[in-house]
Amino acid sequence: MAVLLLADASGGHLAADSVSKTLTAVQSLGEVHVLVAGPAAAAAEAAGLSGVAKVLHAEDAHGLAEPVAALVAGLAGGYGHIAAPSTAFAKNVLPRVAALLDVMVIPDVTAVIDAETFERPIYAGNAVQRVRSSDSVKVFTVRTASFPAAGAGGAAEVTPVAAAGDGGLSSWVEDRVAASDRPELTSAKIVVSGGRGLGSQENFALIEALADKLGAAVGASRAAVDSGFAPNDLQVGQTGKVVAPQLYVAVGISGAIQHLAGMKDAKVIVAVNKDEEAPIFQVADYGLVADLFQALPELTGKL
Amino acid sequence: KRVIDYNVKVRVRADGGGVDLSNVKMSMNPFDEIAVEEAIRLKESGVASEVVVVSVGVKQAAETLRTALAMGADRAILVVAADDVHRDIEPLAVAKILAAVAKDEQPGLVIAGKQAIDNDMNATGQMLAALLGWGQATFASEVVVEGGSATVTREVDGGLQTIRVQLPAVITADLRLNEPRYASLPNIMKAKKKPLDEKTAADYGVDVAPRLTVVGTAEPAGRKAGVKVGSVDELIAKLKDEGVI
Ligand SMILES: Cc1cc2nc3c(=O)[nH]c(=O)nc-3n(C[C@H](O)[C@H](O)[C@H](O)COP(=O)(O)OP(=O)(O)OC[C@H]3O[C@@H](n4cnc5c(N)ncnc54)[C@H](O)[C@@H]3O)c2cc1C
Ligand SMILES: Nc1ncnc2c1ncn2[C@@H]1O[C@H](COP(=O)(O)O)[C@@H](O)[C@H]1O
Repeated sequence: MAVLLLADASGGHLAADSVSKTLTAVQSLGEVHVLVAGPAAAAAEAAGLSGVAKVLHAEDAHGLAEPVAALVAGLAGGYGHIAAPSTAFAKNVLPRVAALLDVMVIPDVTAVIDAETFERPIYAGNAVQRVRSSDSVKVFTVRTASFPAAGAGGAAEVTPVAAAGDGGLSSWVEDRVAASDRPELTSAKIVVSGGRGLGSQENFALIEALADKLGAAVGASRAAVDSGFAPNDLQVGQTGKVVAPQLYVAVGISGAIQHLAGMKDAKVIVAVNKDEEAPIFQVADYGLVADLFQALPELTGKL
Repeated sequence: KRVIDYNVKVRVRADGGGVDLSNVKMSMNPFDEIAVEEAIRLKESGVASEVVVVSVGVKQAAETLRTALAMGADRAILVVAADDVHRDIEPLAVAKILAAVAKDEQPGLVIAGKQAIDNDMNATGQMLAALLGWGQATFASEVVVEGGSATVTREVDGGLQTIRVQLPAVITADLRLNEPRYASLPNIMKAKKKPLDEKTAADYGVDVAPRLTVVGTAEPAGRKAGVKVGSVDELIAKLKDEGVI
């Protein structure tokens, strides 16, 4: 049976990197049909990804859970697997789909073992569980940091499908999305993250300056977000974003397990912290015990 | 939900049989403290008339419910569905039980946490909303209830999104919705006398047999501590050697 891959187009455009990594994850399970609930341009972009057999396109403006879940559940009949990247959009929608189909959802899959068996992290990544599903259709989200992106070069056909009717359960009011010229956090090759040690929103500019010098994305710890130094969408960790860049630079971050859960698969980890006992040094490849207010400007200046 | 305390370092059992939960500190799931706090604030501001807290799991979850009662909830329902703490009830089964409770109680609003920090599912609230045919507002960082709807600001990948859901609805709490209060000693004493109803999954006719069989649980690939560098120059040299800058 084929795989239905729910693409994330909730931002008004295709989240191409996440969709492409999810394609890699599900490739062994069968022919992949990508469902795009969003603008036609997003569907056209999905059709160009390699490994896509068919694109189903439904017009949708805001990716609200109720109509999108109804749409997916309505299409589920012909599929053995329904998958999506673990983005906020899919984490909102897919459990609803699973319940409508009376099956479990398998969140954050890091390895597809066979058609029924999947691996996923639990306890903030302190354990990896292998589960076998007995459900008729397997509904799961894919932790994209665990898979390489599929290439471009596809030329799938786009078939329109009718959007599910809006039952009026919820309505969209507003999006507050910060535009940024920096690379996207979950797909960046380098991430520079700041923690409580930065001390203020103004000082957080030191993180941004280093990131810009390196062409990196900016991340933050929960403490930095809670304190208002950085916006919520930059939070890295168990309950934020999971990243696996080539280089992760943690500055003024202690290294709580909840933070490590989001970055410990980076290839190279650098920690800058004035406390030599900080737990972040236990996972860092290169640790610099220093006051960040001296080390950061020096580093940015010398690069 | 009663879960392992977020400060405890979890250990995978050597036999691959899961995470060791015997003799470890258990607490209320941190997101659920936030959910309880929000409900209590809705009552304090006159929007809600009563706060009922529900937990599904082992008998000891009664302690978790007492904590919620001490924070200010009015009464509690404990649904005993397992006799071993190592037996986690899946979100689908929990949602079915909660849906049955909601049919009895007819709440104007259900607030859950975004995610249980043990199984990291992030699913129960969405599943519950589906089973009830209600709207959902997940990952909430701000909730304003007015008339028959709630205006909810949600933490999403690109920033924030505000939506309006018709009530009754399910809202799931994110970290920045509020800062939960601590229960005072007098309130802890008072909570002991608040009503706590004990039920079983069978009372609601819900089959809690898991849909996912755990084949094995392993330690994640470990990371070794690397080296300390003495200066910024040395750091730059190392990163150049690695080819990452
Ligand atoms: C349910 C739950 C979910 C959570 N989810 C997440 C999550 O997704 N992501 C996350 O990050 N956290 C999460 N947390 C929070 C986590 O437990 C920690 O509290 C948080 O990561 C700490 O952030 P921090 O390291 O910036 O702050 P702190 O722990 O306060 O560390 C600050 C560090 O800065 C250093 N420092 C201070 N000044 C300087 C200086 N001048 N120069 C150099 N170093 C300096 C200090 O030595 C210290 O190590 C979660 C917690 C809970 C309960
Ligand atoms: N066994 C349970 N008892 C009570 N509430 C639960 C239970 N399981 C999940 N929940 C609620 O659903 C939220 C999300 O849990 P989960 O879907 O397991 O990540 C939690 O924060 C709780 O509010």
